[in-house]
Amino acid sequence: MTVTETPTRITTPSVVDGVGASATRPDGVPKVDGSFIYSSDEYHDGSLWGVTLRSPHPRARVLAIDTSQATGIDGVRCVLTHRDVPGSKTYGMKVYDEPVLAFDEVRYQGEPVAVVAATHPEIARRACELIVVDYEELVPNTDPEMSLTGQVEGLFGGGLARHVRIRHGDVATARALADVVVEGRYEMGTQDPAFLGPESGLAVPLGDGGVELYVSCQNLHLDQQQVADCLGLPLDKVRLVLSGVGGAFGGKEDLNVHIHACLLALRTGRPVRMVYSREESFFGHVHRHPAIADIELGATRDGRLVFTKVRLVLDGGAYTSTSQVVIANGCYFAAGAYDVANVEIDGFATYTNNPPCGAMRGFGAVQSCYAIESAMDRLAGELGLHPLELRMRNAIGEGDVLPTGQPVDGPAPVQEILAYLRDLPLPAGADHEAADMRTRPGGVGNVTRGEGIRRGVGYALGMKAIGFSGGMDDTCTARVTVWIRDGEPVAEVYCAGPELGQGVVTLEAQIARTELGVRTVELRDKDTDIAESGASSASRQSWMTAGAVVGACGLVRDEILARAAAVLGRPAGELTLDGPEIHDPAGHPLVPVAEVLGPESVSHAFTYRHRPTEPVDDERGQGNAHVAFAYAAHRAIVDVDVELGLVKVVEMATAQDVGKAMNPAGVEGQIEGGTVQGLGLAVMEELQITGGRIRNPSFTDYLIPTMLDVPPMPMKIFEFPHPDSPYGLNGVGEPPNLSSTPAILNALRDATGLELPRAPVRPSDLITEPPVEGAGPE
Amino acid sequence: MDIPLASGPMLRPSSWRGAMLLRSQYPDASPICGGTDLMVDINFGRARPATLLDLTSVEGLDSWELIDDGRTVRIGAGVSFTSIIEELSDSCPALAQAARTVGSPQIRNRGTVAGNLATASPAGDCHPVLLACWAQVEVESVRGSRLIDIDDFFLGPKRCALEPDELIRAVLVPAATGPQQFAKVGPRNAMVIATVSFALNLDVAGRRVGTGIGSAGPTPLRARAAEQMLQDALADRWDGSGGVDQSVCRRFGDLVAEAASPIDDVRGSAEYRRHALAVLGRRCLSWALADLGGMDGEAAA
Ligand SMILES: Cc1cc2nc3c(=O)[nH]c(=O)nc-3n(C[C@H](O)[C@H](O)[C@H](O)COP(=O)(O)OP(=O)(O)OC[C@H]3O[C@@H](n4cnc5c(N)ncnc54)[C@H](O)[C@@H]3O)c2cc1C
Repeated sequence: MTVTETPTRITTPSVVDGVGASATRPDGVPKVDGSFIYSSDEYHDGSLWGVTLRSPHPRARVLAIDTSQATGIDGVRCVLTHRDVPGSKTYGMKVYDEPVLAFDEVRYQGEPVAVVAATHPEIARRACELIVVDYEELVPNTDPEMSLTGQVEGLFGGGLARHVRIRHGDVATARALADVVVEGRYEMGTQDPAFLGPESGLAVPLGDGGVELYVSCQNLHLDQQQVADCLGLPLDKVRLVLSGVGGAFGGKEDLNVHIHACLLALRTGRPVRMVYSREESFFGHVHRHPAIADIELGATRDGRLVFTKVRLVLDGGAYTSTSQVVIANGCYFAAGAYDVANVEIDGFATYTNNPPCGAMRGFGAVQSCYAIESAMDRLAGELGLHPLELRMRNAIGEGDVLPTGQPVDGPAPVQEILAYLRDLPLPAGADHEAADMRTRPGGVGNVTRGEGIRRGVGYALGMKAIGFSGGMDDTCTARVTVWIRDGEPVAEVYCAGPELGQGVVTLEAQIARTELGVRTVELRDKDTDIAESGASSASRQSWMTAGAVVGACGLVRDEILARAAAVLGRPAGELTLDGPEIHDPAGHPLVPVAEVLGPESVSHAFTYRHRPTEPVDDERGQGNAHVAFAYAAHRAIVDVDVELGLVKVVEMATAQDVGKAMNPAGVEGQIEGGTVQGLGLAVMEELQITGGRIRNPSFTDYLIPTMLDVPPMPMKIFEFPHPDSPYGLNGVGEPPNLSSTPAILNALRDATGLELPRAPVRPSDLITEPPVEGAGPE
Repeated sequence: MDIPLASGPMLRPSSWRGAMLLRSQYPDASPICGGTDLMVDINFGRARPATLLDLTSVEGLDSWELIDDGRTVRIGAGVSFTSIIEELSDSCPALAQAARTVGSPQIRNRGTVAGNLATASPAGDCHPVLLACWAQVEVESVRGSRLIDIDDFFLGPKRCALEPDELIRAVLVPAATGPQQFAKVGPRNAMVIATVSFALNLDVAGRRVGTGIGSAGPTPLRARAAEQMLQDALADRWDGSGGVDQSVCRRFGDLVAEAASPIDDVRGSAEYRRHALAVLGRRCLSWALADLGGMDGEAAA
């Protein structure tokens, strides 16, 4: 089903599994056969188990904590509360506001209050039950609209975390030019990252008073800083090692077991394991911000956008996490991938006593893409234009200026992306009476043989920045070492960029093979002994790691060639390195690398930086804030049973520009995964939260798509090389997550004629046939 | 203070007699068959049994037989959903259809009807079918054995008529003599707990209509008025001679919906549940009538 452009740039033709090949991932087979070590498998002789006591209340004052009963239990080695936190009592990715262990007040249901270490996890759990916490329950603030006032007592900033303003052109004047204006309010529920590998890790106390933490996370160095601050230790006494990560999607950017496990290990002098249960995991990580977007679009009769006005509210819940950046990113792309001269965007991130929200794949742009793309379909309907036609007439292109004042540079092949979807034939209509029930809405439930089924087609387009925006000095360091083993050069790549399942380790090896022509590449464990690599987030890690590894390989190659030049008595500039041999310009082998290096190794580190960016200003949100942009679009085909409100997504076609498909199989995996995560958000994934309490913290009731919910995904991967990046690659992971949800919503609207102002849709939202009660015979 | 951890023995009888004795000896032990309910409860900390009575090695418990001159299928407590799908699709078509909707292949390989019954969740997928088929639950203790009519089995949410010293030995399901249907609504196309479900059994031999409703009340329910109405409508047409029209299907669906006493919860609203039951009732009947050959026109909506 996949259409992929042929890879073009492999620098060393003899290389197998170099850049551009669908090289096998080193963690692939172990993950399938069960031998892969996830962070929950980490084990150390004599290790204790750590368990967390969490607040049952969304908001309460903590009057007293009595741990005496719990401490007295056989097998319990220690019980710790906020009093035992030696360093900073709070931590956070941007602002230190989240208590390591609650001290004055708990601000969300599930907030950690105490931790216990015991010889057996069940003993630790029961000891937790014996900790007596005297809470004075308070009325939780759960309405983000109230928080917007900034006056709510008991919330940080009175409830307002950030107001982002973007002003571009002049909306007031532009109104006069609009023949048609459409308005809409679009809401989105809370999505959970729902990674399968729960938060977990192992802390090992070191003899020198330091600690070593094996953990699954997205950014070793940022975590190290926070852990060290809270432990009151210097950075060099806190060593983090990346353990096997069973998925993250943004939900492992914030700390989870980290500080707790280290505190327990340091206090007991024993290694401590912690593994969240599935239910606990729903309380142990941040979620995607729920959103309310009010949007107004003005256009001329012939379908040219003249203004876009958006008010976006994202509820960040109890603590800051990355809310202030998520709302900014949501606002940057709230006007969509369209060229529109007059834009007014107001974005608000709020605090409430709802579960904390933070980074999740798409980082605010998912919410705003859903809103703008929903509104675009409404506008198309109003204008009597095909939704694709409206999008093509307004699609952004190179040189167009974004609402933040930044001109779009780098390839912006939006027309090509949309044209692929326009030209792709529609799949055949299903013969529901004959077809396998698994192809119908309701699947194996056996609820229809064709009755009530309507088909719909929907489109959506998304755009997002790749990499860290807003003036951050973002770096990634890699070290590459080459030595000779059995007469052949072997390369080792060392870089801290976390592997979350996205395949960055595969790329590291592919790049070393390509740059050095080596056959054997070894990957060193990722830890904090090397300089930082930044987070595996913002679709940036392939780009940044590639930059660092290419740079380090270049330094290694230069040194090998310089040494060869000395041996051969020829200028290094004439020589090339191709695997085991040094070649002359005609490609003839001159000397084996083994002879040049002998028993010595060559090792270099390189720190990569992308081009500098700048923050936007507070007043009008103007500034060249972004490194690069990426685009994707979807066409969704759905069948809806309009009597039962059940959905079968029939097909999700995608086109995306990736600059360079470094590993085509990996790219397809990212596009499929992102599309499916968006599908979940469209039709089933929602944390149901009432009064600050999560009502469905389990996979029994927080539903994620199964194989039967996932349709075929024909895709077109465009490779328009990006001028600024290694190999011309662009970020891949988030864009397919943006347009998937609104494409499905638009298809459902097409099928049912309903407005569907809220995602995910529930079955009861999709019923168009009047209730059968009272309906007479036909 | 010492916390007693699960330190009791793991009991693994190999015969039914052995299971009975152990059951009486260890009244606190939790029986375990597939473990697909019990292990979830243990993992979530909702159950902390000191002792498990593992029934998976009990000789013969995982087999079924025809009794009563072939009129009844006696399904052993250890028979998995997968076996029901593979072996009982002809004699118990609605039960097999219900089994098909349970969980995932792994869950169907382990899970059993007995476990489903003992858990007695209003959402258990077997229950509507067992009601529609007038099944009986064969239970036994050292005190003796008895048959519980399915209508008397469910007492409340997760409560059933099983005594603490009893084990379920088998489920007796009358073999189908006419069309049967089972349909289940959930917001995901597989591996989902029913928002509502419905089973219909046209017992041609007995000239009876059986129904069962799942997930729409504190226990699985029977739609008595719907059964009666349809029995009357079919009065002399059980041979498939026609004359039952769409209005009967609609009326039937409405009566099914009326029989329910649903609540609002995370899986759906009471209103949606009622609405969906009316649709399921109507559709299931139209399919069943088409199978019976007695419906005017095709099984259209
Ligand atoms: C992922 C998943 C999906 C699921 N999907 C569905 C679904 O779609 N539909 C559905 O109905 N259920 C579903 N379930 C629940 C479960 O699979 C069923 O209820 C199944 O029938 C339980 O059978 P078991 O043999 O595994 O029971 P067990 O877990 O072994 O036991 C369940 C209960 O019954 C008791 N018990 C077991 N055997 C006996 C006996 N012979 N006598 C007396 N008491 C006994 C046990 O003590 C326990 O209380 C699902 C479960 C999981 C984990």
